[in-house]
Amino acid sequence: MTEKPKIAMYWCASCGGCEEATVDLAERILELTNLVDIVFWPVALDFKQEDVEKLPDGSITASLINGGIRVTENRHMVELLRRKSKIVVAYGACSAWGGIPGLANLYGTDELISRAYHEVPSLNNPENVTPQQSVEVDGNRLELPELLPRLLPIDQVIDVDYYVPGCPPTADVTWNAIKTLLSGELPPKGAVIGASDKALCDQCPLNETKPDKVLIKDLKRPHQVIPDPTKCLLTQGLLCLGPATRGGCEALCVKARMPCTGCFGPLDRVTDYGAKTASFISSIIDLQDEEALEEVIDKLPDPVGTFYRYTLAASSLGGSVRNSKS
Amino acid sequence: MHELSEPFEPKIVLFACNWCTYAALDLAGTSRMKYPPNFLVIKVMCSGRVDPQFILEAFRNGADGVLVAGCHPGDCHYIEGNYKALRRITMIRRILDRFGIERERLRLEWISASEAAKFVKVANEMVDQIKALGPLAPRLQVSV
Repeated sequence: MTEKPKIAMYWCASCGGCEEATVDLAERILELTNLVDIVFWPVALDFKQEDVEKLPDGSITASLINGGIRVTENRHMVELLRRKSKIVVAYGACSAWGGIPGLANLYGTDELISRAYHEVPSLNNPENVTPQQSVEVDGNRLELPELLPRLLPIDQVIDVDYYVPGCPPTADVTWNAIKTLLSGELPPKGAVIGASDKALCDQCPLNETKPDKVLIKDLKRPHQVIPDPTKCLLTQGLLCLGPATRGGCEALCVKARMPCTGCFGPLDRVTDYGAKTASFISSIIDLQDEEALEEVIDKLPDPVGTFYRYTLAASSLGGSVRNSKS
Repeated sequence: MHELSEPFEPKIVLFACNWCTYAALDLAGTSRMKYPPNFLVIKVMCSGRVDPQFILEAFRNGADGVLVAGCHPGDCHYIEGNYKALRRITMIRRILDRFGIERERLRLEWISASEAAKFVKVANEMVDQIKALGPLAPRLQVSV
């Protein structure tokens, strides 16, 4: 019997949703374990870092890594997995473009620590503790990994072969991606696997109701309207990012009457997803008067969070470029 | 690092509409008007062709400022391209604010083919404003 391909799964700075999504494979996970040996998956299996270290270099067929690089430990682990793997897959939005944790790149690390440990309203920190990198307790030195100045998508730290989009990738997308990896017919390096090559609208059940030219006079947020479930959400003034977002999710959110927030990220050839979506949304606002235009755009309280929700860390600027002197 | 002995000369990318601003630049030249040499001119067919991705790409690659200039409202060769430019730049400005790029670094101006003098005025103003702000490039360097 020939040896089964080896698969590793690891999480860096992520919420655990990608791990949940893998479990969403449900009974297909049994088929998966027939096809491959899972050699490392800290969430589910008891293999340790040293077990990975003992594997020969390049012996893992594919490592699926979710989460971005936020602390030095993340960097160490992805470098290790890169060395041990033939293929590295950035699995999920955080790993591919920073995801939600990437929004923290608008702030400096001092601001983040101060916010998390001293300012948030839900805080319970009676001794006013601030995490230290190195501390002595009863004569023993304890160390924590270092917080990096920015969160980075993993391809800014190691070489990445493929990307699986989504926050999280759906079970079908994950399954398609795994089948592609095991098929022996690998797409060109850098490709997005498991999802569609077309925009979300292509899979959206409301696409038929989208006029050739969408024009809106006003922007609405989901809590302000009860949308008509039979009409394209964009034409109802809701900010649906579907036209600029990769398909593959089968329009799950739109089917639940929520506009697309862009978790499948950019289509090929888009270099800055947020700028692209901001561009498409602003160009369909059917107003010529500057003041009226400002008024409508004012209804968007957080344009960066809206357009770069999952991709800020991978954007052209990558994070705040504030003048620290001012 | 920026040497104190060498005064800071901003690099400004100018996206100039083929039908108006680009002609105004020619007119400024043939009329022997003086304007600062800080502009890298990219001719586009319409200010509406300027994808906000171009603007961010310019900043990322070392531009200290970006000027987008097109036909006056109502005069667009393609009917409404300049209105699209107006909407996109209004939106992208909000985004740049949040990233910490000062408002003065991105400017949208309507400059017709005959308004060479307006271009010279805008160019001088913009160079002065950005000189006061200082260079942007060092702020883009984040060591990880």
